[in-house]
Amino acid sequence: MSAVPDRALAVWCPDWPVVAVGADPDTAAAVVVKNVVVACSFAARAEGVRRGQRVRDAQRLAPGLVVHARDEAAEARAFEPVLGVLAEYTPRFEVVRPGLAALPMDAPARYFGGEDLVVRGIRDRIGELGVGAGVGVADGVFAAALAARSDTRVVAGRTAEFLAAFPVPVLELPELDEPLARLGVRTLGRLAELPADAVAGRFGAAGVAAHRLARGLDARPPAPLRQGPDLTVETVFDPPADGSERIVFAAKALADELHAVLAQSGVACVRVAVEIHGTAGAAGVSGAAGAAGAAGAPEVSYRLWRHEGLLSSTAVAERVRWQLSGWQIQLQRNSTEHPADHPADQGITRLRLIPDHLTPALGVQPGLWGADEAPDRIARAAERLQAMYGPNAVTLPADRGGRTPLDQGVRTPYGDLPPDRAEAAPWPAALPAPAPADVPRRPRPAVVTDRTGAPVAVSGRLLVSAPPAELTVPGTGERLRILAWAGPWPLAERWWEPGAAVRRARFQAVTDDGRAWLLAVQDGAWLIEAVYD
Amino acid sequence: MPALPALRAVLPGGVLRRGGVVAVQDRVRAWGEAPSYLALALAAGASAGGAWCGVVGLPGFGIAAASGMGADLGRFLMVDEPGERWAEAVNVLAGAVDVVLVRPPRRPSGEHVRRIGARIRRTARQRGAVLLVAGEWPGADVRLRLTESVWSGLGAGTGHLTGRRVTVAVDGRGAAGRERTARLWLPAADGAVREWVAETAGSTGTAGTTDRQGFGGISAEIRDGGEVVRLWSA
Repeated sequence: MSAVPDRALAVWCPDWPVVAVGADPDTAAAVVVKNVVVACSFAARAEGVRRGQRVRDAQRLAPGLVVHARDEAAEARAFEPVLGVLAEYTPRFEVVRPGLAALPMDAPARYFGGEDLVVRGIRDRIGELGVGAGVGVADGVFAAALAARSDTRVVAGRTAEFLAAFPVPVLELPELDEPLARLGVRTLGRLAELPADAVAGRFGAAGVAAHRLARGLDARPPAPLRQGPDLTVETVFDPPADGSERIVFAAKALADELHAVLAQSGVACVRVAVEIHGTAGAAGVSGAAGAAGAAGAPEVSYRLWRHEGLLSSTAVAERVRWQLSGWQIQLQRNSTEHPADHPADQGITRLRLIPDHLTPALGVQPGLWGADEAPDRIARAAERLQAMYGPNAVTLPADRGGRTPLDQGVRTPYGDLPPDRAEAAPWPAALPAPAPADVPRRPRPAVVTDRTGAPVAVSGRLLVSAPPAELTVPGTGERLRILAWAGPWPLAERWWEPGAAVRRARFQAVTDDGRAWLLAVQDGAWLIEAVYD
Repeated sequence: MPALPALRAVLPGGVLRRGGVVAVQDRVRAWGEAPSYLALALAAGASAGGAWCGVVGLPGFGIAAASGMGADLGRFLMVDEPGERWAEAVNVLAGAVDVVLVRPPRRPSGEHVRRIGARIRRTARQRGAVLLVAGEWPGADVRLRLTESVWSGLGAGTGHLTGRRVTVAVDGRGAAGRERTARLWLPAADGAVREWVAETAGSTGTAGTTDRQGFGGISAEIRDGGEVVRLWSA
């Protein structure tokens, strides 16, 4: 297994969201999502419009800016002809996203007589479509996509040199941008110079992936598990489904199933293949099968989508929708050419998701709440509350061992790592169950007196001066008669640490209002540690 | 939403209903920073049944006590000190969790009652939640309070707390209007909530014996100068 990734060719159509909505290329146009520019035309860029700007700012810079809403389905549809060109060279092309596709270079280069011929051929054919596109070749899909931006063919084995000058944000790992910038690492070249183990130690799995990419390698070490079990999942539609909604709905469930299967096997997939079977293949055109083959009518639509373990099930379902709409356009075109053979409204009989290029799943983080992941709405609410009350205001409780009720429950700010599981160690001097319901953050002062009204004292050898008879709570002014009590129980903690040493004598008491108390004497003063109510 | 088995008898229908307000009245409150065992038990039961719980304004929340009642602590989200903006925290949580346990710093205003009431209602657009109030809430659907409570386990300088027998009285609006009561161990010697069965209650001696057997530490004996001192008192 070579360390250098396979040669890859990438086709990159600049400003694809803008092109796909049909904006005039010579006017300033922008595509926005939630009032933020996600793509803009060349003319708009010349006037200072940038991705990530707010629409208001963009319009101030370019007063004539035409604003379009994003239409991802249109982007996928408009990309179909480009993919048609790639399909002429290899069936194993993959779609990273509409506007960016890649294909493995080795086989086509051998077959068509060299990389240059393939590049030229693809560039010409796409040019005929009237689509502006860059074609790049490099080692690995990531580098090829960057090369496509400048229409470059990177010589084999020199990809790392080519990548060195690119700024870190091209990795599209936003969580790394700022920490790396603070370390003075602004380019991929500088990132590649860092020792791999240091990057792994500081940034975890994301850092390893970034470091590998920066060195011109694949994000994940190549370790295909082809011999492993078949992880394909599929849904059969009987009767055949028509209308994309039902299929997309099923695709979402199927993608959930796929992710569960992958997680169970401890693997991630780099790509996912979506295979859609139509009725035409089953029965409808059995007589015209030869003609159908000749016309290239797809009875099965097969396409690879880049996954990298990053696509949610909704995102996979969305890709199924795109593939379906592209396929239907193709079918419609065929049906107008050969109306008899190809009814455009054929049903879908089967949908399969095939994980492609399996790698061991690395750096999969368990959720904050363990395997039972908190639903999104909980995380959203927690983040919103943090925004309102401060980062430490929202806490998650956990049970932990300890001698005092305060130690037994810990609160961890949301987003921090929870403490280790409850220590099974015995806690001598811990009180037996039941635990108190009211555990103030810091003990409250109290006054305990005997029958004559004199303060009750506890000697160093745990002798009580007189039975406690009355509890006064200065905080509330309550004076309560003590009906029953027990103690003192000594508690000595951290006696080896002069500043933090705690030496307490503890009592439980029941007062005439029905409450029970956990009281303590420390340095001659009475405290309320907790209330049982 | 489910409640702890021992509490099912007292709640109307045996469950906590989304959109409902359940007020747990305190008898006495030292600082108003913690829920009573009763409020704790309601939240614990809901979380054990898979519900998410938000806790607002209760920095004294007894985590170990909740866990002893069977709470699934992994389903709690706490905002301990929201200060005067407690109602906003309730509003945010009501959109996400299933039960919001809150202790308003003072009697809530009509505006708060109206807005939070609208927020917890189950509609086509929102999932709805149960509001558990530790304290007063005007117009609560269900009101719970303790009418009796007796701790056991402590004597004059001996023993330790082993449980509390209480009588819970429930009333409320509509179907919940009829007042009913239940006798419970809240908490029992192991920290859980149990029904206080009438037979055992009939003869305190029996209850005491069960206790003694159920908790080894109680019947411990200390030999003091040849004399046996039994650390037990009814």
